[in-house]
Amino acid sequence: MSEPRTLLAIDKVSKNFGRVTAVDGISLDIRENEFFALLGPSGCGKTTLLRMLAGFETPNDGRILLDGRDIAKTPPNKRPVNLMFQSYALFPHMSVRANVSYGLEMERLPASEIRSRVDAILATTELVAFADRKPEQLSGGQKQRVALARALVKRPRLLLLDEPLGALDKKLRGAMQLELKRLQHEVGITFVIVTHDQEESLVMADRMAVLRDGRLLQCDTPHAIYEHPADRFVADFIGVMNFVPGKATADGVVAVNGVRISGKVPAKLSSGASAVASVRPERIRLFPSAETANRTTGTVEALAYQGLDLQLHVRTPLSPKPFLVRVTAEAADRRPVSSGDQVELGWDAADVRIFAE
Amino acid sequence: MTRPSRSSLLTAPALVWLTALMVVPCVLVLALAFFRRGIYGGIEYTFTLENFGLVFDPLYAGIFLNSARIAGTATLIAVVIGYAAAYAISAAPRRLQPVFLFFAVLPFWSNYLIRTYAWIVLLNREGLITQLLRWFGYTGEPPSMLYTEGAVIAGLVYNYLPFVILACYAPLSRLNPELAEASRDLGASAATTFRRVILPLTVPGIAAGAVFVFVLSIGNFVTPALLGGGRFQMIGNLVYDQFLTANDWPFGAALAMALIAIMLLVLMAQALAANRASGHTAQAGGDTDG
Repeated sequence: MSEPRTLLAIDKVSKNFGRVTAVDGISLDIRENEFFALLGPSGCGKTTLLRMLAGFETPNDGRILLDGRDIAKTPPNKRPVNLMFQSYALFPHMSVRANVSYGLEMERLPASEIRSRVDAILATTELVAFADRKPEQLSGGQKQRVALARALVKRPRLLLLDEPLGALDKKLRGAMQLELKRLQHEVGITFVIVTHDQEESLVMADRMAVLRDGRLLQCDTPHAIYEHPADRFVADFIGVMNFVPGKATADGVVAVNGVRISGKVPAKLSSGASAVASVRPERIRLFPSAETANRTTGTVEALAYQGLDLQLHVRTPLSPKPFLVRVTAEAADRRPVSSGDQVELGWDAADVRIFAE
Repeated sequence: MTRPSRSSLLTAPALVWLTALMVVPCVLVLALAFFRRGIYGGIEYTFTLENFGLVFDPLYAGIFLNSARIAGTATLIAVVIGYAAAYAISAAPRRLQPVFLFFAVLPFWSNYLIRTYAWIVLLNREGLITQLLRWFGYTGEPPSMLYTEGAVIAGLVYNYLPFVILACYAPLSRLNPELAEASRDLGASAATTFRRVILPLTVPGIAAGAVFVFVLSIGNFVTPALLGGGRFQMIGNLVYDQFLTANDWPFGAALAMALIAIMLLVLMAQALAANRASGHTAQAGGDTDG
């Protein structure tokens, strides 16, 4: 497999509004044809970064290279980048067809070509039946598809999506996540999506960047970020994580109660420094074998069936918050537990991640 | 018989007020128009249609056309200036917008006559504008500005501009700024974005403001009397003259009725257009699943 080509290079880009720094020296590469997610809590700078890619904000510093050409100061109507707005921003006085045709009319394409391209994208987005409707006559999901069609019909080099599923209800959101991925595959356009929903980016993105306070914390595949978070914030923000606070040693963390959690200690963490050991809920086993590296006992406080698996809240002496443990329904059937039971928990050293506190 | 509902009780005072002070006088004036003028003034109570015939006499029809032209010009200028002002206000920071709006409507707090007299002070042969020109070194004849059609139009535009600003500000401030951004994003220039997105979505405000200025201007008699010096007669002045100078009340009444008819036509046209726009919305609301 050949090395994927970089489509967009964000090079030490900063943006401040007055004294507030929204984006602080972010550098990252987005590759041709990938589904890329910018993820972070609100106020992390992801929307400002997206608006700089679209051309609505100009960076104070740094370069934005699209196909090697710096577009940082190019106005939005002159870049081969389109944005799908969070509010969809459909033109309310135009029909679906007129909305979708608008961008091609701006390119002064022949009417016949506009017609055939609009017809094609309306078919792809299953909007043919609604072509003559006004936006106010559409449901939320239909509006979303019109917004998508309107941006895609321009065949941009890069499609930006600002919280594209934010306005939809939960059930529809799940269906649209897969739908968006299918569409991205079908049209072969690079997608950059902004979201605050970590689950959404885990499901959809080929690679993702986690942002906080205008800085880039980590950029990698969802799997790599989930399994090897760069710091405590990322570990906590992506998925669910159990934390055991304590002091770092050469081969692990000593918890407040003196119990040793063994795991690989990052090189920059010196012995005796405040640290947290962490483990994902699905890595913890109930009633582990005697040779399991890390073991503790606890009391089951609550349990919740979730179809395929069972979630337990287990109070342990290791941390102030109860441990979250996820066991498969199969394992739970083999050895049933109920609220109030004393249980033994265990997990391997390889599943422990240790961070500076 | 059904008992009067609460809402009809609440509207009763307004209805009584409107009937006593609007409907009754209008009916009286309408009735007046069908009588004959007495030889020495006064009214001769014999039925005739000749007052209405006289309205279509080229002399008077010309005054109607002239009034419409002056009112139309004033409307056009007021809409251009007012829309630009409303656009600028709606683009200002949110917290400053009420301040700018306050200053835009501030002249309204003074009396219409005083505001119009102020223009005489400005436009006089040796008025403020002439003095300003002299201060810049102008030595020639003072320009004749007062008692011109331009002065009348300026007075009308000035007096009714706040209506246009307020009427246009409402839809402009409600406009989702992302619509303009979406248009830019799709490749439109700023000018095209204005023409194809912003303007069409704010037309209702423009129409409301324009109708206001036109209707108030075409029937105006204070501004043409004071700033036009009576030389540029508009229908309002003609009606005024018939009642108070020529003592021809029946003809004055017929002219007034013709004026009211014109205003009603303009208002109805606007209401019909607005209704069609909202009717579309109502019809659109019904069927959303699919």
